[in-house]
Amino acid sequence: MAYGTAAREFYQNELVGIRNDGLFKEERYIITPQGADIEVEFPEGAPVKKVVNMCANNYLGLSSHPDVVAAAHDGLNAKGYGMSSVRFICGTQDTHRELERKLSDFLGTEDTLLFASCMDANAALFEVTLTPEDVVIADRLVHASVIDGIKLCDAQYDSYKHMDMKHLEKKLEQFADKRLRMVATDGVFSMDGDVAPLGEICDLADKYDAMVMVDDSHSSGFMGKTGRGTHEHCGVVGRVDVITTTMGKALGGASGGCISGPKELVELCRQRARPYLFSNTLAPVVVSASLKVMDIISATTERRDKLEENTLYFREQITAAGFDIRPGVHPIVPIMLYNAKLAQDVARELYEEGIYVVGFFFPVVPKGQARIRVQLSAAHEREHIDAAIAAFKKIGEKYGILGLGKKEIIDKYGM
Amino acid sequence: MADEIKDKIREYVVDEYVEEGEEIEVKDDTPLITGGLVDSFSMVSLKLFLETEYNIKIPDERATAEAFDTLNAIAALVREYKDA
Repeated sequence: MAYGTAAREFYQNELVGIRNDGLFKEERYIITPQGADIEVEFPEGAPVKKVVNMCANNYLGLSSHPDVVAAAHDGLNAKGYGMSSVRFICGTQDTHRELERKLSDFLGTEDTLLFASCMDANAALFEVTLTPEDVVIADRLVHASVIDGIKLCDAQYDSYKHMDMKHLEKKLEQFADKRLRMVATDGVFSMDGDVAPLGEICDLADKYDAMVMVDDSHSSGFMGKTGRGTHEHCGVVGRVDVITTTMGKALGGASGGCISGPKELVELCRQRARPYLFSNTLAPVVVSASLKVMDIISATTERRDKLEENTLYFREQITAAGFDIRPGVHPIVPIMLYNAKLAQDVARELYEEGIYVVGFFFPVVPKGQARIRVQLSAAHEREHIDAAIAAFKKIGEKYGILGLGKKEIIDKYGM
Repeated sequence: MADEIKDKIREYVVDEYVEEGEEIEVKDDTPLITGGLVDSFSMVSLKLFLETEYNIKIPDERATAEAFDTLNAIAALVREYKDA
């Protein structure tokens, strides 16, 4: 047996290191479907606890929506469970192509290619579209999957300070001699809820003849007046060249992602993208449910409007309660606590109060910027949000942090 | 004694990595990577800068987080390749 003492000890020591660094992640078992009210078993074997979920990417509340679940059932009956193939051999059903067309219409692009996830879409994009003659310049806080995708390609890469347009311009000037230039950014940054300044990015891209790529995973379905995404929110529909996004968040929350953009670029990905060529097709049941999601969000803005109201209400109330939040308009609301232990302690006590949130700290966020990330959903009713505010107030009072700013919290608890 | 290489790199690091409004003093032994100022992704611009500024080529296997963690270490690496 090759898995001997040396291998076992090596892995055990790695795990000890992760624990010692305070980075060990433990899964919590959710007994119920995803939603605003969930039941959780944590730690394993503990009695099941009813909590309000304030940390899901279920922005539009569609993860367990009855119409989406019914569409999944219908799809299962009509199209079967699996395809046992990659797309290009015998894994493409008519519904896969229908979903690609609907996504193109929704996002305002020429064509779309489905992937098993947006992680796969990002892993595919850069390697196919850029060569050593080209450069990709990314915001420093882009999602890990964009970074991994960039590392997989042979193009020169560089980064610019988070949302710093002067720095981006400097980099575009620096790489003016490259054949193709691509600026890569998240539409909305997952840890901060910051919205990328796509108007300015597109202006710079025009000036320096660069393509713009946006990972809109935390935006598709609800940012912008009709929920098209950050490009709609920023008034640049038609000026963003490539959008990658996920069906694993607002758009039903199961799985699946895509690359959406100019038809030649998408076709080249269809021909060459390794995660497309060598990974199984998206399950028919996910495709059927995603088609229903597209119908729901194309027919009415009701759900994104409710999410917007919930976000505004929570942001106002939590600020009035005396918490220090990152200002913004996105349903990701970072409650800044700065100290890693404080963030974990407050999250744990909120869980005891029936509010499920998670503390984030270095290396997930920069050192000294620990926080609790609250995420609003259209599935939340006013009573869910009021319960969360009340619990935050109670625990905030206990720790004496209400009304304190960054400096005061750091003075009291350290970085 | 002033060290021109370190001072030049310091100037670049502050300009390239310190966000506006941040008060971070970059000393010779300030940990840049393990300290969280520079991550492995954005480290590439520092490597590019060194290669252009000093007309050297640092092999990828030498451009480790350890070798780029402090001004002292970076300056030593630059000298090694400059003198090679």
